Amino acid sequence: MTLAITSPAFKENARAAIADPQLQGVLRGGLGFIDRRQAAIDRLPEFDALRDAARDIKNHTLAHLDLYLEAYEERVRAAGGHVHYAVTPEEARAAILDICRKAGAKSVTKGKTMIAEEIGLNDFLEANGITPIETDLGEYIIQIRHEAPSHIIAPAIHLNKAQVEADFRRVHKHLPENRNLAEPATLLAEARGILRERFLAADVGITGANFLVAETGTSIIVTNEGNGDLTQTLPRVHIVLATIEKLVPTLDDVSQLLRVLARSATGQDMSVYTTFSTGPRRADDPDGPAEYHVVILDNGRSAMLGGEFRDMLRCIRCGACMNHCPIFGAIGGHAYGWVYPGPMGAVLTPALIGVDLAGHLPNASTFCGRCEEVCPVRIPLPRMMRDWREREFERHLSPRTVRTGLAFWAFFAKRPRLYGLATAVAMWVLSLAGAWRGRFRWLPLASAWTRERDFPAPQGATFQSQWKRRRR
Amino acid sequence: MADIASVETSSQQKRVGLFVTCLVDLMRPSVGFAAAKLLEDAGCRVEVPRQACCGQPAYNSGDRRTTREIAEQVIEAFAAYDYVVAPSGSCAGMLKVHYPQLFRDDPNWLLRAEAFAEKTHELISFLVDVLGVTSVAASHEGTVTYHDSCSGLRELGVKAQPRKLLVTIGGLRLEEMRESDVCCGFGGTFCVKYPAISNVIVGKKTEHIAATGAETLLAGDLGCLMNMAGKLQREGKAIAVRHVAEVLAGMTEDPPIGETRVREAQAKP
Repeated sequence: MTLAITSPAFKENARAAIADPQLQGVLRGGLGFIDRRQAAIDRLPEFDALRDAARDIKNHTLAHLDLYLEAYEERVRAAGGHVHYAVTPEEARAAILDICRKAGAKSVTKGKTMIAEEIGLNDFLEANGITPIETDLGEYIIQIRHEAPSHIIAPAIHLNKAQVEADFRRVHKHLPENRNLAEPATLLAEARGILRERFLAADVGITGANFLVAETGTSIIVTNEGNGDLTQTLPRVHIVLATIEKLVPTLDDVSQLLRVLARSATGQDMSVYTTFSTGPRRADDPDGPAEYHVVILDNGRSAMLGGEFRDMLRCIRCGACMNHCPIFGAIGGHAYGWVYPGPMGAVLTPALIGVDLAGHLPNASTFCGRCEEVCPVRIPLPRMMRDWREREFERHLSPRTVRTGLAFWAFFAKRPRLYGLATAVAMWVLSLAGAWRGRFRWLPLASAWTRERDFPAPQGATFQSQWKRRRR
Repeated sequence: MADIASVETSSQQKRVGLFVTCLVDLMRPSVGFAAAKLLEDAGCRVEVPRQACCGQPAYNSGDRRTTREIAEQVIEAFAAYDYVVAPSGSCAGMLKVHYPQLFRDDPNWLLRAEAFAEKTHELISFLVDVLGVTSVAASHEGTVTYHDSCSGLRELGVKAQPRKLLVTIGGLRLEEMRESDVCCGFGGTFCVKYPAISNVIVGKKTEHIAATGAETLLAGDLGCLMNMAGKLQREGKAIAVRHVAEVLAGMTEDPPIGETRVREAQAKP
C-alpha cells in the first residue's frame, strides 16, 4: 500500500533520468537554492555556532526521547487534543482512517508531509472512499500527475512551467480554454482558486509537523504558501502526522532550530508562515478545529536510536544535502526509488525499507562530503553511507564482481613486495600498449570507464622501481 | 635529481616518508619525483619505504577487516619518519582522518593511528602550512585553472595553499572556473560502479574548465585528474592536464596526462 519501491532498479532509474532531456534541462538550470543559502548565511555571522546549537539540541532530545514523548503527550491531552502512537505504517493509516470515519469525512485537505508519503496515505484514503486533496502547490501538481515528490521541500522541482500548464489544462477542464497560463503567477492564481473551494469543503485537514514541542504540546509547521494554515484551521478535525524524532524540548529550542532551517532550505531568513498549533479551538478562539489529533509514527526509527545511524534522526528535512549533491544534480530525486532522495535518503531509506532493497543508495556517492558540509545539524552523512556499505559487505549483499575484484586487489595490496613486482610488469605492458596514443579509447575490463572517457596510458616503470634505481 | 651525498643530513633536517599513492606509483611517477623535488627544495630528506595502497578501495566498499590490515601495514612502514606526505588529498585524508576512525574500538592501535595522523599531511598544505614555503622557483607560460578535489578540500582544508604558490610562478595566470569546489564525478570505485552518473558530473566539470579558456588544468589528486583528462580528451577539448606538483616543481618535461611526445609535437602549430 505504501509508495512502490523502485530503489533496487536505481541504475536503470538513473539511466532513464539521464536520458530525459526535459529533466536534465531542469537539473542543469540549477535548483537556485545554493546561492540563496550562501547569501543567507553570509548575512548571519553566527550561523556555524547556531548549527552547533541545533545539533546539540537534537542530540539532547534523542538521548531523552522517552521522557520528552511522555511530556509532550501529557501537554497535548491537557490542551484537549488526542495522541495516537503507531509503530508501523499500517497502524498509522488505521488511526487516521478511524478518525476520518468518526468525523464522517468525504474529503480531506493535506498540507505537505513526507510522512504521509512514507505510509502511502493518499492511495489508502482513496481506496477507503475518502478524497485526499494536496494543498501545497507542488504537491497538488504531482498529485494530479499521479507522481511522487522528487525533492523533500520542492516536490515538483523536476517539472518545468510548460509541463504544469499542460497538466492544469488537462485537469481543470471547466475553465475557459483561452485563459492565460503562461506565467507562474497565473498558474498560482488558478491553483489558488481551485483549492479555495476544497479548503471550505474538507471535513478533515491533515498536516505534518516540522517540530513537536514537549514543553507546550505544540505542533509547528513552516510553509510559504499559507496552505498549511487553511488546512489545519478550516476543517472540523485537524490531524497532525509526525514521527518520533520531531520532538524538541522547549519553544526556545525551536527558535534556534528555525533559525537554521529556512536558511539551509531556501535561503530565507524565515519561511513566510511559521504556525504553532496547540490543541483544538478553545471557547474564546475565533477559529480552529473542534478536534485535534496527533498520530506519532515510529516506523523503524526507535531501532536507529541505539546504533550508528542515530545521528540521522537529527535531520530537520531542509533538503540542503540534496541541493548540494552532485549525484542528485545529475539524476534528480525519483531515481532513488522511494520517498527520500539525495544523501539524507541514502542513509535513511536503508534504515526504513532495508538495505537489501536500498543498497544502491549509500553506494551511489563519491563521498565528496558536500552534504555534510552544508547540513544544519552536522549529520555525518558520508560516514553513515560507509556504515551501510559495511553492513552490506558483512551480509554478502554487495555484487559478486565487486567482492571478487576487491579480494584479488587486497591479496596484492596486503603484500607490498609482491604488489611491487606485479604492478611493475602490468604497467610496463600497459605503457607499451598505450605508447603511441598516450591513452586508450577502450580497455578490457575497463569499459565502464572507457565508454565515455579515455583512459591515460601509464608513463612506464613504476615510481617505486625508478626511485630505487635512482637512489642506489 | 639532487645528489644524496650533497643533501644536508643534520639532526634538524626533517625526515619525510613519501606516501607516493598507488595511482602516482603506477600511472604517473613524474608526480612522485616532482613531490620529492619540492620537499627537498624545502630542506627535507625524502625517503620512500616499500608501500602499496592506503586501503581506500576496501574501506569504501565496506570491507573494514582488509582496510585495517592495510592500515596497520602502512602505519608500521612509516613509523620511523618525522612526517608522512602524500601528493593526494584523498589518500592523505584516508591516512589522517579515516585511520583513527578505523581503530576507534581498539585503544592500542588507536593511539598509534592518532600519532600517525598527527604527522601525516597532503603535499601542498605541508609545504605551505608546515614548512612555511611562500614561493616556488618554477616558471610556466600560460593560463591554468585549478580544480579543488573533494577530500583535500573538505577533509584537510586544502584550498588557498596551492593558489598561494601557483601565483608566485613566473608567466603563470590563474583563471578560476565556476564551481571549482564541486566534485568531478571520479569518486574512486564510484566512477566504474555508476559510470553513467559519473559521466554526467564530469561533463559539467569539463564545461566549466573549457569556459575559462585555460590551456592547462591542474589539481592535487591523480584520480580526479585522470577522470577529467579522459573526458576532455574524449570530447576533443585540447586542454593539458597535470598534477599541480609538476608545475610547482617546474617539472613539466613529461607530456601531460594521456598525451605522448609525438602527439604533443603534432599539436603544436
